[in-house]
Amino acid sequence: MIKHKILMIFGSLLLLLLFIFPLWNITLEAPQYPTPLGMDIYIGKFADMHPHDIKNINLMNHYVGMKYIPETIPEFKIFPPVIIVMVILGVLIGLKANYKWYLRWLVLMTLLGIAGMYDFYLWEHNYGHNLDPKAIMKFTNPDGSVMGFQPPLFGSKDILNFRAHSYPRFGAYAMFIGMFLTFIAYLVGKKNQKVNYK
Amino acid sequence: MKNIIKSTLLLVATSLFFIGCGNNGGKEQKKGGALENNVAEKVYVAPGEHDSHYAFISGGYSGNLTVYGLPSGRMFKEIPVFSQFPTSGYGYSEETKPMLNTSHGFIPWGDSHHPDISQTNGEIDGRFIFINENNTPRIAKIDLRTFETTEIIEVPNSAGNHSSSFVTENTEYVVAGTRFSVPVPQRDMPIKEYKGNFQGALSFISVEPEHGHMDIKFQILMPGFNYDLSHPGRGASHGWFFFSTYNTEEASTLLEVNASQNDKDFIAAVNWKKIEEYVNNGGGTMMPAEYAHNVYDEVTHTATSTMKKEVRVVNPSEVPGAVYLLPTPKSPHGCDVDPTGEYIIGNGKLSANLTVHSFTKMLDAIENKKFAGDAYGIPILNFEDVLAGSVEQPGLGPLHTEFDDKGNAYTTFFISSEVVKWKLGTWEVLDRKPTYYSVGHLTIPGGNSRKPQGKYMFAMNKITKDRYLPTGPELEHSAQLYDISGDKMELLLDFPTHGEPHYAAAMEADLIKKRSRKIYKLEENNHPYAAKSDADVKVVRKGNEVHIYMTTIRSHFSPDNIEGIKVGDKVYFHITNLEQDFDVPHGFAVIGQNTSELLIMPGQTKTSVWEPTKVGVWPFYCTDFCSALHQEMQGYIRVSPKDSPIKLSWSLDGE
Repeated sequence: MIKHKILMIFGSLLLLLLFIFPLWNITLEAPQYPTPLGMDIYIGKFADMHPHDIKNINLMNHYVGMKYIPETIPEFKIFPPVIIVMVILGVLIGLKANYKWYLRWLVLMTLLGIAGMYDFYLWEHNYGHNLDPKAIMKFTNPDGSVMGFQPPLFGSKDILNFRAHSYPRFGAYAMFIGMFLTFIAYLVGKKNQKVNYK
Repeated sequence: MKNIIKSTLLLVATSLFFIGCGNNGGKEQKKGGALENNVAEKVYVAPGEHDSHYAFISGGYSGNLTVYGLPSGRMFKEIPVFSQFPTSGYGYSEETKPMLNTSHGFIPWGDSHHPDISQTNGEIDGRFIFINENNTPRIAKIDLRTFETTEIIEVPNSAGNHSSSFVTENTEYVVAGTRFSVPVPQRDMPIKEYKGNFQGALSFISVEPEHGHMDIKFQILMPGFNYDLSHPGRGASHGWFFFSTYNTEEASTLLEVNASQNDKDFIAAVNWKKIEEYVNNGGGTMMPAEYAHNVYDEVTHTATSTMKKEVRVVNPSEVPGAVYLLPTPKSPHGCDVDPTGEYIIGNGKLSANLTVHSFTKMLDAIENKKFAGDAYGIPILNFEDVLAGSVEQPGLGPLHTEFDDKGNAYTTFFISSEVVKWKLGTWEVLDRKPTYYSVGHLTIPGGNSRKPQGKYMFAMNKITKDRYLPTGPELEHSAQLYDISGDKMELLLDFPTHGEPHYAAAMEADLIKKRSRKIYKLEENNHPYAAKSDADVKVVRKGNEVHIYMTTIRSHFSPDNIEGIKVGDKVYFHITNLEQDFDVPHGFAVIGQNTSELLIMPGQTKTSVWEPTKVGVWPFYCTDFCSALHQEMQGYIRVSPKDSPIKLSWSLDGE
């Protein structure tokens, strides 16, 4: 089989690692938690970084009126089939299609990724801002607006006495590498095409 | 004649006491102070850093075991063992009351004496710590994952359970030797007929390897001496156990004098492997006895007490080759075996010299049948045949010896108030340091094992005098920490010890630290009255008993307002702490309660009983500061007259 086809197939198969490894992680650090609290986000579930972390995040967050992190969210039903479809599509494209389809697959995957991130942002925003009006403690920003407790989409940020970190985990890196490989496949395919053409 | 002996002895004792004080001038003032020679640095543990060693110091009359850090001398925890403990509700909660059950009924106090850590292959393994109670003979096991007392066994035919609770090399047995000999079985008889009629029981309690469950495998019914302390053999002498004795005179009155007449008492050497074999082949006899065996189950969070009805006893004269008596001057207290297992040190309280027996010589003498006689059928060896050597006039009133990892021994001297370092084999005194005041025992981490960790040694003093700010006539007792890594001992620190420290066990921290539990898992909680979520919350009446299945979590109780309780009811609060976070217990107390409050660990269920006697609306609350809203963590319970028609009701989740 030709090199670019292998790259395309292998690249899209790397997405399957999302079913094993977490996509994202949010960690909360504070002096009173010698072991920080953390939540791993998989494409189909939330998971404790250390036993009972989510329960303890919920307990802590309820003081400012944040909702409990739900057992499941609608996205957990959507993401896995989408990834499966993209893997199948990627493999099929690798086997059957022209290299130009590699780029189309990549663009589609990138759009889906951006949509996913945007959805994640919306969820985080809602979770951090849609507070219980009967909250035990109410904080306002210096400008008088109600303080939100949204963790950063990417990076680190101080939220009251906590420092929140939000970074991709191995699942996401596997996905990025996979997508990068499909891009290489496109480049190799394009080069091969030119060679063949000559 | 008697009077002459008495007054001479008194004179000698008094002069010894004064010589003792004179020897070290009462106090040795340090030159330059602690900072100048960097002593402070050696005990400084910076904020957030951990001590390198755990020390477990018995509380004596407090009935507890206290946990300290070395080298800082900070106290971390008091573990209740033989006494009720209001801080946690131990011995007050329904689940832990059975722990203090005995054949004499519920006994909420006992004096704890000698802790010893479990071993594997002669090395400390940090799984369990055992400790004896003296007054009502009991042996307890503390689980070092939770630092909770999880098992207590009463010892029948025993009184003043003192030569305990030391463990063999693989924790095959923990021993419980009686201090007071008594009639066995107990009966009504004249005390003056003590001699020849009273007996001393040495109990060998087997420890089941996995869970550590204890069971009295056999008791050796020894002559009516007092059995003071003991230590297991190790290495070559593994399989033997050594017990120091006093009152071999078998006197029954004014023991101060009458038990100090013999020039030599004995160390009893017991070949327990031989007796074990005899017992395994059906030897010994089952004797009726009554003793409690109390076991705490970490899954149901509940202790159960079982009354046992018989015990296997062995007459030592019927097992030839199992027990020998080693003459040892004079009223020995400590009976200590060095890490190689060769030397058995008898600390004769009233002797000027320290006597060291040789295990090899003992075996030779036995093999060549060189006996000096017998006591009640037990062969007595010749003093000279078993003597390895003596430390000549090392101090006054030797009590107890431990060892470092370099072939040195350290002995406490009660009368001259000092610790003396000497060399095994050459018997020469290498160093001495005063203690303040009246030292009892000393501890080197890993002391009772093949591998002592010879960095620190601490001496436990019975009297504190001017070492700390005065607190009225009663002061906490005092321990003194020495650095023993160099040629000379260096005093590093004084620290107070709670109760009266009789003995301690210590070890490097790492082994215990990594095993220590942070929570009890809620999903493993099988307490019959557990409420693992608010869905399980309920209040159930059974006649005049009311059972409240309650939960706690930061920062509320569910349910929080309960009505329909009546005067004369017996109200059981079964409280489950739903937290699953390290170090977040919740407390519970209700007004007018006769028993202590509870302290409930994360994932645990505990029960507190309340018998309301007055009509009213009574508050209950969380007694352990748990969060910013701790103060709001409260509820009410309405108590109506006995004949009131008010039905049971309660509020949940603010509804």
